[in-house]
Order: sequence, then C-alpha cells, then structure tokens
Amino acid sequence: MKKYYLGIDLGSTTSKAIIIDEEDKIIGRGITNTRANYMVATEIARFEAIYNARFSILKMKLENEIKSNPTYEKYISDVESAFQYLQFKHKLEKLRIKFMDTIATTFSDDKREVIKKIVEGIVNTIGPEIRDAYLFSNLGSKNQFFRDIVSERYNAEIKKSESDLFDPLMLVYDKSITSVENELTEFDFKELIFQSIELMNEKYAKLDEALAANDSSIKFDTEINLLQGNYKKIYNSLKDHLEFVANMDLHITNMVGTGYGRALLPFPEKSIKSEILCHAFGAHAIFPNTRTVLDIGGQDTKAIQVDSHGLVTSFHMNDRCAAGCGRYLGYIADEFSISLNELGPLAMEAKKEVNICSTCTVFAGAEIRELLNVGEKRSDILAGLHRSIVMRAMSLLARSGGVKNEFTFTGGVARNQAVLKYVSELVYKNYGNDITINIGTDSIFMGALGGAMFARRSMTN
Amino acid sequence: MSKEVVSKEKSMIIQKEMIASLSKELSNVKKTGKKVVYTFVPGNISELIRAFDMLPVYPEINALQSGMRKKSEKFIRDAEKMGHSEDVCTYVKCDVGMMINGNVGSGGDVVPPPDLLLLSYTGCFTFMKWFETLKRLYPEVPVAMLHTPYQAGHKITPEMTDYMVKQLKTEVIPKMEKVSGNKYDENKLKEILRKTSITEDLIMKIFDTTKNIPSPIDAYFAGVYYIGPINNGFRGTQEAVDYYQMLYKEILERVEKGLGPITPEGVMEEEKFRLVIEGPPNWTHFREFWKLFYDLGAVIVASSYTKVGGVYDNGFRVDPEKPLESLANYCMNCYTNLNLEQRVELLSDCITKYHADGFMVNSIKSCNSFSAGQLMIMRQLEEKLEIPVGFIESDLVDPRYFSYSNIKNRLESFFQMLEQRKLYSDK
Repeated sequence: MKKYYLGIDLGSTTSKAIIIDEEDKIIGRGITNTRANYMVATEIARFEAIYNARFSILKMKLENEIKSNPTYEKYISDVESAFQYLQFKHKLEKLRIKFMDTIATTFSDDKREVIKKIVEGIVNTIGPEIRDAYLFSNLGSKNQFFRDIVSERYNAEIKKSESDLFDPLMLVYDKSITSVENELTEFDFKELIFQSIELMNEKYAKLDEALAANDSSIKFDTEINLLQGNYKKIYNSLKDHLEFVANMDLHITNMVGTGYGRALLPFPEKSIKSEILCHAFGAHAIFPNTRTVLDIGGQDTKAIQVDSHGLVTSFHMNDRCAAGCGRYLGYIADEFSISLNELGPLAMEAKKEVNICSTCTVFAGAEIRELLNVGEKRSDILAGLHRSIVMRAMSLLARSGGVKNEFTFTGGVARNQAVLKYVSELVYKNYGNDITINIGTDSIFMGALGGAMFARRSMTN
Repeated sequence: MSKEVVSKEKSMIIQKEMIASLSKELSNVKKTGKKVVYTFVPGNISELIRAFDMLPVYPEINALQSGMRKKSEKFIRDAEKMGHSEDVCTYVKCDVGMMINGNVGSGGDVVPPPDLLLLSYTGCFTFMKWFETLKRLYPEVPVAMLHTPYQAGHKITPEMTDYMVKQLKTEVIPKMEKVSGNKYDENKLKEILRKTSITEDLIMKIFDTTKNIPSPIDAYFAGVYYIGPINNGFRGTQEAVDYYQMLYKEILERVEKGLGPITPEGVMEEEKFRLVIEGPPNWTHFREFWKLFYDLGAVIVASSYTKVGGVYDNGFRVDPEKPLESLANYCMNCYTNLNLEQRVELLSDCITKYHADGFMVNSIKSCNSFSAGQLMIMRQLEEKLEIPVGFIESDLVDPRYFSYSNIKNRLESFFQMLEQRKLYSDK
C-alpha cells in the first residue's frame, strides 16, 4: 500500500492541511479559516485535503491517458468543481436554516416576517449565483472560504434593500455564520462524487442545448468544445477509475501538526513541530536554494535563515505588534468596508503611496479617516498601508541577518498582490537586484508542507 | 541573593544564612552605629566599604528580590505615579517604589537609609540618573562619584588606572573617612583583598566545571545564586571564602558522580542542549523561565550575566599588594564596561570552551547597558562560530513585559532547531 503523510498548520487566521506522497509530492491541499474552534478547522482542512488528494491520485493514475486525451483532465477538474459546490450547497442549506432560527429568536413579530422574506430572497438569489461560479468559473480553485463567498454576495444584496433594514440584516448574518462555519460534516466521497457527475452531466447537457440553440450567454472554451457531446463517452471510460479512487484506502502513515494552535492538536509530542521549522522546511523544499524565508501570517511575522539543507540557523519574530501582520490588513479591510481579497487589487490602482505615520494598527484607523478627509484617494492610502506593513517586515528581516540569496516569501499575506509588489521592490532596493525572489502558488501551505515532510522523515528515520 | 531554596546542598544553606545575616546587620545599624553605603553590583568595591567598617546596600539586588517576591509590579506602578516614564529602567522604578513604600527588604527587615551614595559608574548611564533620584529622596546624603572609563580601546591602559586611583584617593576615600569617622587603613584593605583573590580563583574554578559533560551546574539560573555572595557585599570576607570552598567541593562531587545540574524539581536527568546566554534573566517569572529550559533538557554552560560583578575568565585577579590599582582594574574589567568586540570574544571563548550547542540572547526591555549591541553580538557569533542563535525578549522586574506564551513559542522553535541540526550533524 502506498504511504501518505499529513501536515496540519493550525494558524491564528487559517488552518491548512497538506498531504504528500512518498516522494514529498503534494497531492492534497485543504484550507479553512480558523474561527473559534481550532479542532473543527483542523478537521475541515484535513477532509478537504483528503478529498483533493483522491482527485490528484486519479489524475496521476491517468497521467498517460490524460496526455493523449486532454478532455479527461478537464472532465476530472469539472467533477472536482461540482464536488466542491455540493459541499458548499450543503453548508448554505444549513445557513438558511440557521438564518431562519436567528430571525425567529431575534426580532419582534412585526419585523420578523419582513426580514424573513428578504433573507429568503437573498439566499435564493445568491445560491444559483454561487452555483454558477463553482460550475463555470472554477470558484472552488480559488481557496475562498465559505464565509467570504457568502458574505461578499450577501453584503451586495443587502445594499439593495431599504437602508433601515441594513443593520438587522447584518445582524442576522453575523449571528448565524460562525456556528455554521464551525459545523463539521464528513461527506461520503463516493456518494458525493456520483452526485457531482450527475451535476456535470446536467451542465454538459445544457451546453449541448445551448449550442444547439445558438445561445451566446454561455462561454465556450476549447476544452468544453471538446467535451461537448463527448461527456458520456468520457464518463464511461473514467467510471472504473473514479470508482477505484473513491474506494481506495488513503492511508495516512504519519502526521505532524504545527502553527499557533499546535498544542491543541491531539497528536503525540514528537508529532508537534514549531512553525518556524515547518515554514522553513516547506519553503526550502519548493525552492531548494532558499536561504532566507519571510513569512507574514495572520498574527505574527517571521524572518528565518536556513542552510542548504533547509535547516533553520536563526529566526526573528514579531509577535508583539499587529502592525506588521496579516491581521493589520484585515483590520484595514474592515475600515474600508471591503473584503480582504479586494484590498490588494485596489492598492495596485494607486498613483502614489500616501505616507502612513501611525505605527499602531488601531490608530491607523483614525489616520485613514483623516487622510480621506483631506482628500487622499482610497487606493493611494491603501498603497501606503501596504507599503508600511512591508517596511515592518523589512526591519524584522534586517534584524534577523538580512536577505541572502535566494529569498522566499510565504504565508497568507503572500497572496496579496500589493504586498508582493512592495516586498519585491524593497528587497531589491535593500539587498540588490541580484537577489532571487520566490513566491510560490502554494505559499500559504508552506507550514503544512513542512509538517508533512517532517512526518515522512520521522517515519523513515 | 534570594530566599528561594533551589536545593538542600549545604552551600545553599550557608548562602542563605549569609544573606540573612547581612540583612539583620543592616536592620540593626541604629543600635550598632554602622554606616550604610548604597552602591551598584558592577564595579562593586565592597572591600573598600568593609575596610571602613561600613555596610553595603545594592538597590539592584533589592529590586530583583522584589521581582522574585512578586512585589515589583506595585512598586513600579507607584514610581510611575511619581512621574517615571514607562521606558525608565524597571530596577530604578522598583527600587524607588520600594523606598517610598517603607524600604522593606527581602527578609522583611527595613533597609536603612544611606549614609553615603557611592556611585560607581561602570558602563550604565542609568546609574547616574538613578542616584540623582536617590539624591532627591535623601538630600542630606553625600554622593561619591567613581567614574570608570569604558574599555573603548580594547584594553586598560596605565593612564586609565591612574585616573581611577586618583578618584579613589581624592574623592571616594575622603568621603568614606568623613562618613565612617575612620581613617583609611591600607593594611586592612590588603587583608580583605587577600580573601577576595582566593574567592575570585574559586569562582572561576566553579564556573569552569561546566566543561564537564554533563555539566554539573547551570551557570545562569543556578549561577545567579552562586554569584549572590560576591555581588551582595561579601567580597573579601571569610564567609565568602568558606562558602565558595564548600560550593566548589560539592560541585566536584557532582562531577565525580557524573551528575547533571540541580533544578527546582531535582537533578536534571538528561542533558540535551548546552547553551551560552547573554543578558540578565527575568526575575518576576524566574522559576517559570528556568523551567522552560530544564524541561527541555537545556543547561546553560556560561552566561554573561554572572560576570556583571566581575570578569575572571581572562586571568584578572586582584593583587593585594596593589590595593587601589586592583580595585580600579576590577571596576574597569566588569562585563558591561567591556566594549562590544571584547564581549564577542569573551562569549565566543565560552561557547568553544564549554562546548555549547547554541547561543541565546535574553533582551531586556528596560536595560540599555545590556541590550545595546546584542543583535550585533549575536550576528558576529553566528558568523564566526556557525552556531544556532536565538533571541527572546523579556524584562528585569516588570511582570507586564513577560509573555510566557511568546517566550515558550520561541524557545520551542529554538530547541527544535538545535535538535534538528544535531540530528543532521550526527548523520
């Protein structure tokens, strides 16, 4: 039996799970936001990684067939999207019930019915919207969390309602989301995958119809063109393989936990590793020439120096001040009433960077309002804020011994384009243009990857 | 140094009795008529104080004892109410707070007010401000200033020694004569210094026992108790000679038996990591702080902090035949009076000599004389010796700056880093 290894990174803001095979190859990724309950977050991330691993194993198994027949890959990805949607749908259904509960217990008789009607309307509107985003725009691959996916659209919808209902509608959402988010559901992979296939078949059938009717509202890319009219045949040839991965025993031989909540994991002591070591090890595995790692996480920033084997030689942490961490951006997003995902793109539109003087997260809020009052543009202020968080990270880097070629940037904040821009700019400025800067697509998973790699090594040692 | 008992070793009992007896003696000065000199640990020329039959009081030690007894937070807050800012050295604030709260010392006895403020200025600028504050609290008390030239040029020159001897002759000794009513007796000072010299040898031998594997002692957490007598007024006394002889004998017995250091929870069974530490410890959570190390099998084989009251590693010993020159050189040779390059050399020698696996800095929020240059020291040692280094932050006696979980998190990472490197180098 093949052996697999699991790494769990229980961060202050997000929980990540990575599954690797015997060659350290990542085959499964899972991520969720860590809210009140660490244990549930771990399990959600772990289940997600295991589901994802089954899909990866399927693709690896069919590697040769996929080469000669690219439609297979598209088909499998589509099934995975549908699979993710079905999980989402299950949660949304729970949220609808919770919304109704909250409304019933929160509001007086006269308001209750009005709010109930609006909320039902919102759920009925956003449900299909999100469904299409999963099935046609690959929303599932964007690592967005249930809370963010729903809140973005829920907020947009309530803005359309009468203004005096804004607060009660927000209240319904705030009171309901956490408990649903923290509810753990383990799905039967096999059952769900065949439901996903049915869903895909519907989608493709629709495509066929749309094509026949010359409906231009649905976009066709080349792969879908290939699939069109062909999906039943593909399904027949993949059926046994799908069956196989659904039934296979995905045996996790060993696991290692890391991150801030690691002490809470029900793992033996030797299976709990410091996040410093895990982040460095993970980053070094992806970029083997890395000598300096900067990790900006939710509630701390780490500057780590590693040797040629990925072993940490020294590190420096900021765990005192929020103004250098991801949470700062979260706070700023709240101040601007936008979602975290919108921050970076808006900052990238800046024409200049407004100088931010406040060294404190909390006071930055007051400074932002001042700057808006004197007419500075939102995007320019945001650019300044992004620059200031990176400046803090630079000072930590300097304290840790500076940047040695190569430099790898990891952590949740590495997904923010504006942060990336300033990190690159300032690293080049301070340490020369010869520095190689690495930012991987899996940067948020480095800690979990390092954990999984340690899990494999402790079994083979 | 502390009323906490870390072991039932005979030396520990003697040490406790010594400290208690000094505290008793101090509380009796009204009856005995003995004069009291407030002074500092670095450059603490208690031999001279003793030669005039006076008794020393160390505000720093009072502060650290208040910290250990969990009294410092109130004292610090009281000093802040008086106007001392958040950034002022917490030893100063704790000390001022203790004085305005009746000046009750560790044994529960009232610490008598000073008859002389002996300001030995060795590398810490705060010392001057500290005694300016004391001067306001005790306006009638004379101040004797002893300025110790910094070893900026890497060595002690004859001119520097002359400069200090001159201050001793023209400033310190005349004031001591006046306050004590006794004439300066050089033969008496020489006699005292003879005992100092023996003590200094013993101390060096004791801290050298960490060459053994396992190390029989912890040179930081237990080390601060070992330096208690010499830092607390017992330099040059027969009690100190007896204590250090006893201690050395006990440690040699541990070496003989191959025993590790004694911790508050018994003998450390397995020595996993050997460290050199730079910087003072945190006193408010001393036990918890220590436990974070011994629980993970870490023993400190050398520390710069145990050298604040005198550095003997490079062969310096007092010469009883040159009493004032010896006192001068002793002051200039204190750890905090060494320049940064000398500190790096000293620490580097310790790391090599005592086979340390890693180097760690405990950076103290309110201590400028230690904290300045610590990052540079760390970087240089890392580069020179290619050893793992770590950096944690806490404070001397302000419990508000001790974050257990932050320190624990960093230490865990640090020790796992050492473990990983050990595993790798074993392969």
